[in-house]
Amino acid sequence: MLSGSKSALVTRRQFVAAGVAGGAAVAIGCNATDRGNWEFLTVDQSRTLAAICDQIVPADDFPAASQAGVPDYIDRQLIRHYRRYQDEYRRGLEQAEALSRSRFGRELASLPARQQLEIVAALEQQKPEFFALVRNHTMEGYYGSPRHGGNRDAVSWKMLGLPEPPLLGRAQYDLGKGESQ
Amino acid sequence: MKRVNAVVVGAGAAGGIVAKELAVAGLSVVLLERGKWYTAADCRKDDLRNQRTTVLGNAFGPEDEGTPRVWVDAQGATHTVLASEGGYNNNAACVGGGTLSYGAQAWRYMPQDFRMRSTYGAPAGSSLEDWPISYDDLEPFYEQAEYEIGVSGDDSGTPFRGPRRRPLPMPPLPPGREFSVLEPAAKRLGLHPFHIPMARNSVPYNGRGPCMRCRWCVGFACEVDAKNGSQNTVIPVALNTGNCELRTGCMAKEILTDERGRARGVAYFDERGRLREQWSDIVVVSGCATESARLLLNSTSGLFPYGLGNRYDQVGRHLQGHHYTGALGYFDFETYDDIGPGATIAISDYNHGTPDLCGGGMLANEFIRLPIHMVDRLPPGTPRWGLAHKQAMRHWHKRTIVIMGPTQQIPTADARVTVDPAVRDKWGLPVCRFSGNVHPHTFEIGEVQARRAEAWLKEAGAIHTSLMAGKPTIVSAGQHQAGTCRMGNDPRTSVVNKTCQVHDVDNLFVIDSSVHVTNGGFNPVLTIMAVAYYASAALVREWKGTGFRS
Repeated sequence: MLSGSKSALVTRRQFVAAGVAGGAAVAIGCNATDRGNWEFLTVDQSRTLAAICDQIVPADDFPAASQAGVPDYIDRQLIRHYRRYQDEYRRGLEQAEALSRSRFGRELASLPARQQLEIVAALEQQKPEFFALVRNHTMEGYYGSPRHGGNRDAVSWKMLGLPEPPLLGRAQYDLGKGESQ
Repeated sequence: MKRVNAVVVGAGAAGGIVAKELAVAGLSVVLLERGKWYTAADCRKDDLRNQRTTVLGNAFGPEDEGTPRVWVDAQGATHTVLASEGGYNNNAACVGGGTLSYGAQAWRYMPQDFRMRSTYGAPAGSSLEDWPISYDDLEPFYEQAEYEIGVSGDDSGTPFRGPRRRPLPMPPLPPGREFSVLEPAAKRLGLHPFHIPMARNSVPYNGRGPCMRCRWCVGFACEVDAKNGSQNTVIPVALNTGNCELRTGCMAKEILTDERGRARGVAYFDERGRLREQWSDIVVVSGCATESARLLLNSTSGLFPYGLGNRYDQVGRHLQGHHYTGALGYFDFETYDDIGPGATIAISDYNHGTPDLCGGGMLANEFIRLPIHMVDRLPPGTPRWGLAHKQAMRHWHKRTIVIMGPTQQIPTADARVTVDPAVRDKWGLPVCRFSGNVHPHTFEIGEVQARRAEAWLKEAGAIHTSLMAGKPTIVSAGQHQAGTCRMGNDPRTSVVNKTCQVHDVDNLFVIDSSVHVTNGGFNPVLTIMAVAYYASAALVREWKGTGFRS
């Protein structure tokens, strides 16, 4: 039972890792209700969300938000602890796309990074509540525990020079010395 | 169900001690706890779902579903909040209560903390008052708490503390890097830094091993069970007497009274939601300041139309916690060594004695810095997102020290818990409703404390600093909540007498932070524990068998 659910998780994580690179190809044939492998988001929404998250935590020497699984984190929570934000995400992602199409005539995910940044900055101005939500959730997904689907392979903790698992303290003590019962 | 001598409602810091003291004295006890019994295996090290950072919920209760509360803002608008949201003023709901996952700072209040009105006079509009008991009354019980629960540390470096007969039972943990940065700086400023007393094993104690020094402490259950709460000390002792039965998943509905106005037991919903009645000779309410007040207010009857102990409209008033202020310091060298458990060094030079200020509080280095906490603590002017934010995270995460402390709040009668007239929880019970705020002088003290923290950081070499000194628009009761069933000699201005007995129901007791008249400038748990030992000792002394009457 336990090992069964664990292997299902690994399968899913591997799939998602592959899905970022393959996302564009998969998306060609999809429609607005296709969820692909997402739990709440449609494939289209996931592309918009990934583009926004990647401006909030962009790539440099260390991975961008989507490479670290942030959209996966948000997607999971939108049918769990963040169910109450489902409508905000539906509306907010739609508004981000509307901004992108009105300003550049193309969907957000297909724009070059500089134009994506412009749209995300406009989103922060025009829809501050939704943007604050995505910003906070992106930070949680990037800097929080890998157990929730974000911070894949603890990339952000490695970036900060912190050990994973986060237990340097334990290494300094030999618990086998009989100190502990 | 079999009638017992005592029902204790709430298995937290105080309730666990009361259950143990009564059970050891030979009374039959039922200990009711609405939450579960977690163990060291439930640590989980989940930085998004623990008892301190709750964006994905409270790890140790209550859950979000069906447990709302309401708060009323300064404009009179009401807000319904979830248990994992800030305005909820949550502590915890589990065996051990807050002590399962707390940071475990185990402070004694100072003698002046029990005599705030005599020391300073009451600011206009405040309800600042003296306790009816003194530091000296509690001193033996502080000691009992330190030895039975287990406290490490060394407060011999400060003259700003009450006298103690015995030193702490365990030495402090070896100092970390922040200690070595902050200690000489404090001494250069003429201050008296010392090792914080902690309810945490630094050496093997009580049959359990020492702290392994991870950084995942406050908010988490201890993975190696080195943190000492009621769940791994007094509650097992209580159960081992054979006189105490712990019932988890049980939510108290009301305290039952008879036609003569005496308590006759507790009605509660068991873990399957069935309404049960447990009859008893005495009832002890130990649910924490918010929930204890709620239970008394929800216990209405013909003789007590406004709830128990509430004849003079005192239950729920003087709600207080601590006003946390301090400063962030940014350094050009690494100050973070990733060695726990967290706060290590404190000063109590500023708790009392500043002209024109009614008190103050201790200052200490911060307890926890996980990456998720640093996201909103970067130097002022840092963009809140984007490449610059990411790079600032990288640069500052290990080069920051926070000093902050619990400014003692100046209470008011209007800061209070009532029960909401409309909102019900999943058991159908009226929920806590918060309104009012502490006295504004609190914020003046807090601001001075923040500047003192900043000065300490600058002396330690901080190249930038920023102050943390807000003015919350609602009382910040939180995990340090206190004051709602004030202890006093006058039934018209207090709820319990000086041994925690409700003034007009002689077999009903409130023993927890609710009885604190004022809440000190320190984390309150050791005082909660000392009061629990003290009140239990009085109760056992008075106990003359079934049909208790004093």
